[in-house]
Amino acid sequence: MGSTNSTLLKIPNVEVLMQETGFSPAHIIRLHDRFKALDKEGRGHLCPHDFGAIKELAMNPIGDRIIGAFFSPGKETVDFHTFVKILAHFRPVDKDRPKEPNSPEPINSRSNKLKFAFQLYDQDKDGKISRDELLQVLRAMLGMQVTDEQLESIADRTIQEADLDRDDTISFEEFRKSLEKINIDHKMSIRFLR
Amino acid sequence: MFFDQQKSVMAFLQHFALLLALIIVFSTSCKAVTLEVGSVEVGYNDSSKSSATEDTSTSINGSTDGHAPSVISTLPIVTWKWHHIETPYLVALWILTCWLCKLVCELNHNVTSVIPESGLLIILGFILGGIIWGADKAQTFKLIPTNFFYYLLPQIILDASYCMPNKLFFSNLGAILIHAIIGTCWNAATVGTALWACYEGGAMGTLNIGPLQFLLFGALISAVDPVAVIAVFEEVHVNEVLYILVFGESLLNDGVTVVLYNVFDAFVSLGGLKINAAEIVKGIVSFFVVAFGGSFLGVVFAILISMLTRVTKNVQVIEAGFIVVLGYLSYLTAEMLSLSAILSITFCGVCCQKYINANMDEKSVTTLRYTLKVMANGSETMIFVFLGVSAIDKNIWVWNTGFILLTIFFVVVFRFIGVFFLNWVLNQSRLIPIDITDQFVMAYGGLRGAVAYGLAALLDEKKIPEKNLMLGTTLIVVYFTVILQGITMKPLVQWLKVKKATHSDLTLNGKMNNRAFEHILTAMEDICGRMGDNWWTRHWSYFEDKYVCRLLMKSDARKHKDPIFGAFHKLNLEDATKYVIEGERKGSLAFIRNYDSASVDFKKKLALEYADFITADVSEYDFGIDNVPVTSVMKNPIPSVSLDIHEQDRKSMPDDLSAHHLLDQHLYKSRRNNCPTYSRSHYNTSENPDEMQEIFQRTMRSRLESFKSAKMGVNPAKKLSKYPKKDSAHKPNGKPADPHRTHPYGDEDFGFSADSASSSEIADHFHGRSTNTPGAGVDNPAFIPEMDISPPMRNPPWQTETGNKTAVAPSQRAQGRLPWMPTNLRHLAPLRMSTHSTDAFVMADASLDEEAPEKKPGTHHTRL
Repeated sequence: MGSTNSTLLKIPNVEVLMQETGFSPAHIIRLHDRFKALDKEGRGHLCPHDFGAIKELAMNPIGDRIIGAFFSPGKETVDFHTFVKILAHFRPVDKDRPKEPNSPEPINSRSNKLKFAFQLYDQDKDGKISRDELLQVLRAMLGMQVTDEQLESIADRTIQEADLDRDDTISFEEFRKSLEKINIDHKMSIRFLR
Repeated sequence: MFFDQQKSVMAFLQHFALLLALIIVFSTSCKAVTLEVGSVEVGYNDSSKSSATEDTSTSINGSTDGHAPSVISTLPIVTWKWHHIETPYLVALWILTCWLCKLVCELNHNVTSVIPESGLLIILGFILGGIIWGADKAQTFKLIPTNFFYYLLPQIILDASYCMPNKLFFSNLGAILIHAIIGTCWNAATVGTALWACYEGGAMGTLNIGPLQFLLFGALISAVDPVAVIAVFEEVHVNEVLYILVFGESLLNDGVTVVLYNVFDAFVSLGGLKINAAEIVKGIVSFFVVAFGGSFLGVVFAILISMLTRVTKNVQVIEAGFIVVLGYLSYLTAEMLSLSAILSITFCGVCCQKYINANMDEKSVTTLRYTLKVMANGSETMIFVFLGVSAIDKNIWVWNTGFILLTIFFVVVFRFIGVFFLNWVLNQSRLIPIDITDQFVMAYGGLRGAVAYGLAALLDEKKIPEKNLMLGTTLIVVYFTVILQGITMKPLVQWLKVKKATHSDLTLNGKMNNRAFEHILTAMEDICGRMGDNWWTRHWSYFEDKYVCRLLMKSDARKHKDPIFGAFHKLNLEDATKYVIEGERKGSLAFIRNYDSASVDFKKKLALEYADFITADVSEYDFGIDNVPVTSVMKNPIPSVSLDIHEQDRKSMPDDLSAHHLLDQHLYKSRRNNCPTYSRSHYNTSENPDEMQEIFQRTMRSRLESFKSAKMGVNPAKKLSKYPKKDSAHKPNGKPADPHRTHPYGDEDFGFSADSASSSEIADHFHGRSTNTPGAGVDNPAFIPEMDISPPMRNPPWQTETGNKTAVAPSQRAQGRLPWMPTNLRHLAPLRMSTHSTDAFVMADASLDEEAPEKKPGTHHTRL
């Protein structure tokens, strides 16, 4: 247990971090190890190319966007706290934990999970998924077999489906509505972060 | 109303009971029937007749060869050959009877909502068994294990596995396997030992059963029956995870049970003394070899099937049959190799479904699905009925209260313990833990069924002296679980507030985001550097894409397998269906019947012209007849085939149909109706373009002639003043119509009617048209035909909506016009604006001597 405590002590403000993310010390340590492994040069923060070094991530069609999600606009680096907070989105919702009424919404709440997904589409951060933004994501995910026209009609149709105010874009509210029936807690959770 | 219905149901039930009784009497005692029909046997001499009847009476199973009269004195014209067809006849009769039972069960939904269908079928089986008993005084028909395992079970398992939600199954495979293997072994072992312990304790009196026999019995009674489970759970609609756990478990557990049964059966044959450690190890090894070997064989067959469907394009008609036959072969092959047949066919169905669905034509997929459903439901029904029928047998009922009650008790209790324990273990590592209520339903859903009965009936009486006791007990356990637990399942699920299945619509957003979520999760796992569930999913799909699909899927099928694209396609199909239904509701039948707009135009057009011709014909040539029949003829056919929107709205379907019928009597017969070729795989409605061309030209010529004659004032039509009534009926706004019509009578050509009073009015009309047409020609590319036969004829229908063309002269009504176009279905993308709309009259005038008007550039519609 000594090593556990010593690792934890090395992380500044670890108590606050655990409070905010709901991760257990074991998770924090595991993530910290991983963070250090990714941070090959030992600078204490990660750069986009550190993420790029993960081989599997390069295979991911929307890998770039996911990496981009770690970096808040204008910033070139991500420190451990931000790193953990991003990953905390994917912590499964725990029902046992008592809900404190005045505590802020946990990071792994449904709407936060959705917001994370939403910002992957919304690259220009205007709060709306435009047709072009949708097309880019679709093209990345659908692969080469689908022709451009098909892709465009799929995008049109997708927007049509979700677009409630007929402005040909999907706002977050519309995005949330269109996914109302999907169990986000299940789909956006990783088991080993429990 | 309700009582009427009840009354009719009751009457039907009575008739049905009579029918059933008749069938039973007929099939069981053919002797009476033989005598009755004996008079038919013309030409039989007396001796042969009596010998035939004797044969029937002595052996029901009909070992006679059917050639009873070896010596005949005269040529028989009709002979009574019951023995020739006895077996298949009885089989067919029984199938019919069982299915009629199902029909009876489904008659009254008040009953089926309380008692599950499977339970009702068993109860009906009791009644049937009683009738047989009454007729035969013996158990003539019962479920024979061979028939059950080789002819009834395979299709049920194949259907279940083919329709299995694949992704759900594989993502829960771990839990399912643990429940199926460990859970079953646990059940078998504990029930067996507990019963034996109770027997030793003296709870059952004296029985000739050893500990091994008890274990064997425990093994066979632990088979959770997929048939019973499906039958009950399909009506309850529990959430999908619970469903797949119960269902998957019951499916695999059957296989495991059979394996266990075989191992214990071998132990029993060996005898208790010869069993040593080596034999036990062998038993365990054999268990795994049999189970996994069977599964592996199933996968091999799945690969075979998938590869075969790559090349069956040319024999599309029997494509679906291949899957059924090969699936069955996988079952039989596994049985031959003494591997687990049930596991084999299960994995065969589960693994091949994705690839064969992609490889085969959509129609074949539908066919296969329905074929399997028919077969599976049919056998399921038969199994339940026969489970009931088999009960009416004096021989199997060896009553031992202690044994029976204790069996039921242990079966239920150990099932609960096993399920709760295993779920507790599983919940330690599950992302979404299984609720306590779900666990309870899972345990409660451990219905025993025909597999247990089949295995019990397979027991060898020489080795197990108390076989009948076991058989009877198994039956009681089956009845207890299927009927009692089946009835209580639904209230229990409601009472426990078990999460029900949520019906989610197919949306592109859902599909797309599901995909996005998967990518996000795998990315996060990669970033965390851990191999999670998504790692396996992703790597499998990568591997599948790269190698498996290349091997098992057609190249063009590979293209379309993307789920997002698939969803898009499906949604578009749905919209098209809606579009058609909507169109049909508005009354445009011919438009529905024809797939492409050109033939719509033509057919409609021809119909109209013929209608004109017919009515004109009648009015012109039957001078002596008063107007009433004429108008009655006219009133019906013309408006009903009219393509005018407003008229269509007012028309009811029967009118339309009768009009079509009337027209059919008079129309050109040759085009569609005499089509001599009948293809089973294609449904092609496109007519011969040459013929269309010919008709078109003739029409145009005759029109033009009459049009010109009208212009020059040589119009001979004088009698047309009786038309206003009809005409005003056409016009919704009641505007006075052109009262004069003409047609080239004496000519066998098509009728034509133009305004004879003033040519300027015609010009007005034309002007009105030509100003309307350009830009209004929205054309739906989905309905653009392969051959652009006559663009001039294709005037888009919605011009009429502009409103300034309400005074439609009959001649212009004859312009082909689609009756209704959905403008409110905005989903039906992409609508395209066409600027190439042409007026038939103008065109015809211009191209009078030209060969084909559609050769004009610009009238071609670009195809999709």
